Amino acid sequence: MLKRILPSAVLLSFSIFTLAQSGTVSGTVKDTAGQAVIGAAVVVKGINNGRITNEKGGFSLSVADLKNTILVASYSGYSDQEIKVNGRTTLSIVLRENSQGLNEVMVVGYGTSTKKEFTGANSKVIGEDLEKLNIPRFDQALQGAVAGVNISTNSGSPGGSASIRIRGLSTFGDNDPLILVDGVVFDSEGLNSLNPNDIASVNVLKDATAGIYGVRAANGVILIETKKGRRNTKPTISLSSYVGTQSTSKKLDLLNATEYAVLKNEMFANGGDATPFNNTNLGEGTNWQDEVFQSAMMQSHNVTISGGSEKTTYSIGGSHFVQDGIVGGEKANFTRINARVNLSTEMSKRLKLNSVFLYTKEGRKSLPENGIGSVLYNTINAFPTESIRTPDGNYSYLEEVSDIINPIAQMENTHNMTNVNKFVGKEEIAYEITENLTFTNRLSYNFALVDGKSFSPLVWFGPGKAQNSAINAELDPSTVEIAPGTLIDRGASVWEQRATYSDLNYESYVNHKITIKDIHRIKTTAGVSIFSRNGQAVGGTAYNIPNNSIDFADISANLAPGGYLNNTSSFQFQERLLSTFIRGEYGYGSKYNGSFILRRDGSSKFGPNNRYGIFPTVSGSWVISEEDYYDIDRVKFLKLRMSYGISGNDQIANFAYRGLLNGEGVYVFDDVITQGVAIGRASNPDLKWETTRQFNIGTDFKFLHRFDVTMNYFIKNTRDLLFQPEVSAVLGTYGPGSYPPIINAGDVSNKGFEVEIGYSTKRRKTWNLSTGINATFIKNEVIETPEGVDFLPGAAFGVGGAIATRFEKGYAIGYFIGYETDGVFQSQEEIDNSPVVQEGAEPGDLKYKDINGDGKISFSDDTDKKQIGSPIPKVTLGYNIKANYKGLDLSGNLFASLGQKIVRNYERQQPYANQLTYNIDRWTASTPSDEYHRLTTDLNRNTVFSDFFVENGSFLRLRNIQLGYTFNPLLLKKAKIKSARLYVSANNLLTITKYQGFDPDIGSSGGTLASGIDYGFYPQARTIMTGLSIKF
Amino acid sequence: MRKTIKQLTAIALLSTIPCVYGCKEFLDIDPLYTQDSENFFLTPVDYDRALTGAYDLLQGSFINLWLGEIPSDNAIAGGESVNDSEGLHEIENMSHDAVNNELRNVFRWNYSGITRVNYLLENKDNIDFEGKDNIVAEANFLRAYYYFQLVKYFGDVPLVVDKRLGADEVTEVERTPKAEVYAQIESDLTAAANVLDWTSTTKGRVTKGGALALLGKVYLYQEKFDLAASTLDKVINEGPYGLIDDYNDLFSVVNEGHSEVVFDIQFSGAEGGGYDCFICLEGNAAVGFQGIRQYNGPVYGDGNSYNLPTQDLYDAFDATDVRRDATVLDIDAFIAKQTNPGDIVYAEGGGGHTGYYNNKYIKRQGEIGLPDNDLTSPVNLVVVRYADVLLMAAEAHVRSTTPNEGLAKTYLKEVTDRVNMPEITSGGTQLVEDIWNERRLELSMEGHRFFDLVRTGQAATEITGFVTGKHEFFPIPQVEIDLAGGNWTQNPNY
Repeated sequence: MLKRILPSAVLLSFSIFTLAQSGTVSGTVKDTAGQAVIGAAVVVKGINNGRITNEKGGFSLSVADLKNTILVASYSGYSDQEIKVNGRTTLSIVLRENSQGLNEVMVVGYGTSTKKEFTGANSKVIGEDLEKLNIPRFDQALQGAVAGVNISTNSGSPGGSASIRIRGLSTFGDNDPLILVDGVVFDSEGLNSLNPNDIASVNVLKDATAGIYGVRAANGVILIETKKGRRNTKPTISLSSYVGTQSTSKKLDLLNATEYAVLKNEMFANGGDATPFNNTNLGEGTNWQDEVFQSAMMQSHNVTISGGSEKTTYSIGGSHFVQDGIVGGEKANFTRINARVNLSTEMSKRLKLNSVFLYTKEGRKSLPENGIGSVLYNTINAFPTESIRTPDGNYSYLEEVSDIINPIAQMENTHNMTNVNKFVGKEEIAYEITENLTFTNRLSYNFALVDGKSFSPLVWFGPGKAQNSAINAELDPSTVEIAPGTLIDRGASVWEQRATYSDLNYESYVNHKITIKDIHRIKTTAGVSIFSRNGQAVGGTAYNIPNNSIDFADISANLAPGGYLNNTSSFQFQERLLSTFIRGEYGYGSKYNGSFILRRDGSSKFGPNNRYGIFPTVSGSWVISEEDYYDIDRVKFLKLRMSYGISGNDQIANFAYRGLLNGEGVYVFDDVITQGVAIGRASNPDLKWETTRQFNIGTDFKFLHRFDVTMNYFIKNTRDLLFQPEVSAVLGTYGPGSYPPIINAGDVSNKGFEVEIGYSTKRRKTWNLSTGINATFIKNEVIETPEGVDFLPGAAFGVGGAIATRFEKGYAIGYFIGYETDGVFQSQEEIDNSPVVQEGAEPGDLKYKDINGDGKISFSDDTDKKQIGSPIPKVTLGYNIKANYKGLDLSGNLFASLGQKIVRNYERQQPYANQLTYNIDRWTASTPSDEYHRLTTDLNRNTVFSDFFVENGSFLRLRNIQLGYTFNPLLLKKAKIKSARLYVSANNLLTITKYQGFDPDIGSSGGTLASGIDYGFYPQARTIMTGLSIKF
Repeated sequence: MRKTIKQLTAIALLSTIPCVYGCKEFLDIDPLYTQDSENFFLTPVDYDRALTGAYDLLQGSFINLWLGEIPSDNAIAGGESVNDSEGLHEIENMSHDAVNNELRNVFRWNYSGITRVNYLLENKDNIDFEGKDNIVAEANFLRAYYYFQLVKYFGDVPLVVDKRLGADEVTEVERTPKAEVYAQIESDLTAAANVLDWTSTTKGRVTKGGALALLGKVYLYQEKFDLAASTLDKVINEGPYGLIDDYNDLFSVVNEGHSEVVFDIQFSGAEGGGYDCFICLEGNAAVGFQGIRQYNGPVYGDGNSYNLPTQDLYDAFDATDVRRDATVLDIDAFIAKQTNPGDIVYAEGGGGHTGYYNNKYIKRQGEIGLPDNDLTSPVNLVVVRYADVLLMAAEAHVRSTTPNEGLAKTYLKEVTDRVNMPEITSGGTQLVEDIWNERRLELSMEGHRFFDLVRTGQAATEITGFVTGKHEFFPIPQVEIDLAGGNWTQNPNY
């Protein structure tokens, strides 16, 4: 070790303390293709005085000692070059691309590693690629970008969230990965506050090496680094803006007025009822979708200043983002304003400060979505023979259908707002005790103020509509008896809530590294982490807002006598984690690397019996290509990796280990609602974290010089699943506000294979191409359910209908369970001769299969139900391409998800509800169909949950395509502009799918077991954008 | 190497610094502003609040209106489609089996009530204070009520008294023979009746009359006619009850708590609710559900067309009997009588339509609760009313070991006089049948019919599809058998 340090130390002292000849060195920096490298840093080693190369790659700087000075040239994506000046005054420096980032430093949790040395399975995305997608949330941009990570959108509405799943679903409850932004914990719901433009890189730790994060790492870890400045660079100001217009990527094929009238007449006639339409020649009628969907704007503006001096680097940014909804326009609007400072400075030679501060202000307005009663559910079921407004100008009532209301009136009368003010930051002080030993202390915080407000005016959607808040069309309020004989009006109301959430995290760790005899590299990391999270909220509802107007929508404006009916509520919680961890890494030469991780976590979620958990991980890699005997020319780099380890999950309700009196014990005495007390969740003192054991074997190699391949095979078994099982009723945990205990039971397995292939051309003067493809195959299976439990029921189908999804041994999580159809009964004769009795069947009805073979279809139990699909894709594929020719650049991103099924659950089974056009091909005696059943108002079994309602959800989507032009820097020089790029871009331009619904890329609107159930999903918009980015 | 050792020591030391003080305590936090269930019952108020929590489960009895009528000859399930509350349609058709959400609710809710009572009673000796006896008596009544529900629906059910079971104990619990369950019910009700007064200052609390009337009913269900007769006589002779004049006024919110109510379950329209948790509601869910589908017109509100009376029930009444129209709403006839029938609309549900609605528990204008109106009606559910007491007493006296037909007829006369119907004059077995018929006329659509038919052995003749030896009890939900370790035997023939 000393050998290495000595020469440079000697040189250093010479350059400073001896009399030397000073002078100016100038030269150029080029790449191996002879292309000028613009913006490379050329620095005098040791004193960090430097220059940035100009547009010709040129530089010039004065040095104190022309003979002994060493210059260091560096540029992102290239290996650093050191050049001893040796008295020369002109230099020609050639930078080599560092072989596809093999030596690039990456953050891996309380330390750094390189792709070459890293022993785990990870995937990395650089910020530039995310930025190009022009997507409001970073997680959406991750879709299709890396293998093993599946992103599905929970809602396409502005500010809507996505589900991030790393290597499949492994638990019944919370499947979100741990997300750290510059080391600060972010919830997946909190990601709205992050501006994708601020991200420098995303590193996804997929295997057990994520275990350094212990009890929260079972679902994988995503490390996000925000942009930082570079030392010795002048301030660079970057401006980027885009504006876009969004529209729906699809409308459903619904009946028009004529088709509707014909089909409804037939339906009523078949049921023996009077036909509703004397005249069926009604033209197109109202197309409710045309009225509900609109084009909506989206725009984003960013400014960043970054640079650095000798001892300090900085990156300061601000952004403004606005997006309206394709349903609801401004009523479904999302805005984000954020400011960010990322500063690092050397306070002394050994003391370094890293400071990150992020402020975000978000505003979101939203409409009811993804459920019975959502705007799109109403839009689909509203019938085309009704106009939007009646001749007297009022909104029509759609009286013939219950619970379905006029979606235009619904949007107009919905006022939901959420405002978030969020402060996130980190102060980190690193002290270099010796050159090999660093002691880091950091405090990070994440503080959010969340203000919700919802105004409900008095509104009359029509007779009998459950959503009415007035008792008649004159908008008279209902009255409430608040005490015997005291009646007051219940007028327009406003609900408000303020919640505050704060995370505090103190971490302290030491990093030590030593190299013995030039060949044994030993790195050690040890530290502690203390984490606390608090939250509290207070809220209330006030009635009798003046003038039925949003202008007075505030609790303070409440006109109710005596301030009655200000229903108040509050909650508060706290949770804590206390952890210690140690990691040892050993490297032998450049061939062998091994790593051992041990983390001990204590979580306040668990009782004293099981508060602490220990999570070990071992991993190793072998760079075969470094072996002396290795001589495969075509494969220049070849590495094998293996890892096995245990990580944990503690994401359950607080204090589930003890019984609290927070149940609901409310009864009415003297006509007044009286609060009593009841046990909430039944206690389980033996509750402990669930553990995931993951084995990973993988390889990274590079062949034909330009292809980079990463492959992984993994087995991920989650044991002791934390969940709330069904328990025997005799335990008495099914009262209001009471719940069964949370227990550890059940096993889930995910096995999968991932491959990522990247290709890029050699850097050329005129054109370049890089492209990547990735694929993920995952098999998910429930291995064990708790004793005595065959399955856990999930989401229901239709209105008051049967359970359609299950968590059951031997099947994928959330698979669909229902009847299997076998065509349509064509005649009474067929029914009579059928070996299987299907009660109530008539010609034209769906024929079901007798699964248990008892000769009859049982509609009153589950015996004839079977697996009819799974919402989990078998394969997901991502493909991206980037190409440039001179100033022009083109990029694109394709995503395919294959093999998953979706439940069509947005058809309301009411006689007058509108229907999809497949009903035109219905069975009739004269036009038989073996696919679509007859239409009738008669009692029938065609609407029980069967594979008739399960559709193929596979799709291929062109997520983004972008064409840009970068202006010749020489032309811009006079305007003092370093670079300028103009582009046009489109998101979701094309989707190929057989799925009939709005959008096959649907996540879950209600937990893990509600995946793949479509209630009229708010689709992701098709967006056409144009943008400009300029650097000064 | 020595240097390395030094450095490693430094690492070890540095990493422990932040945890020198207060590490263990850091994780020992208590939840804020809530109490722990094992550190409760320290003040009289604690007992009172726990009792309120035990009352809460009474509200789940709205489901009796459906499960007491739909399986009988009185009503069909109705609703939006045959898949809308599928379990009710199966029960209507007598095709129900061990997978049935509605029956599972009955099983779960009543055991939740029992558990809340047991939680209170296992701690009853913690402290002493004035008024504790009353609290314990009310708790006894509640436990008896919940067990009577279970035994009526399911027969033998596990009997857990004065303790709560742990998750591991539940697999060792057997179905207790129903005679033993009944014995516990009798003992709880007797204990309650001995302590409680005939009246309570708080509307909604159970009284001596409530406990005795339920005890009388429990005896009747076990065909202990002598005990039933003497118990019910006490309610009649000593209790403060009497029939009200107008049969039409029995179920309106404004008349709540009238002299005919012996025990009713309280509901409020002042709190909203959602479809995801019926037991969490403070309103009576059955009332809105039984409302007229998409109705727009006078008097009534709209609802979900559940639990629709049959033609058979309508025809059972004499045309001059006021109870016919007070029990069954002939919707078309009602509309035709209005001043502007053309403007009044309603819809037929896909789950069945008879032209009739339950006029006792139906959403009326002026009796609507906060949103969602279909869920939160303030109309109380009458569990025992005085007319029922009179009819039960009459039956008990006729069927007792020393029949007293004269007294029975006095009681019956009170019931028939109120509605201006002729006296019942028969005797012997005919009198018993006439009493049963009078029960149907007087008490239909209040959730008694199916259990009366089963109790009196008439079910097989009156209910299409009823299989003797099977349908007297509902099946224990299969999942409950599994969750209890799979050792229970299912009720016969399911």
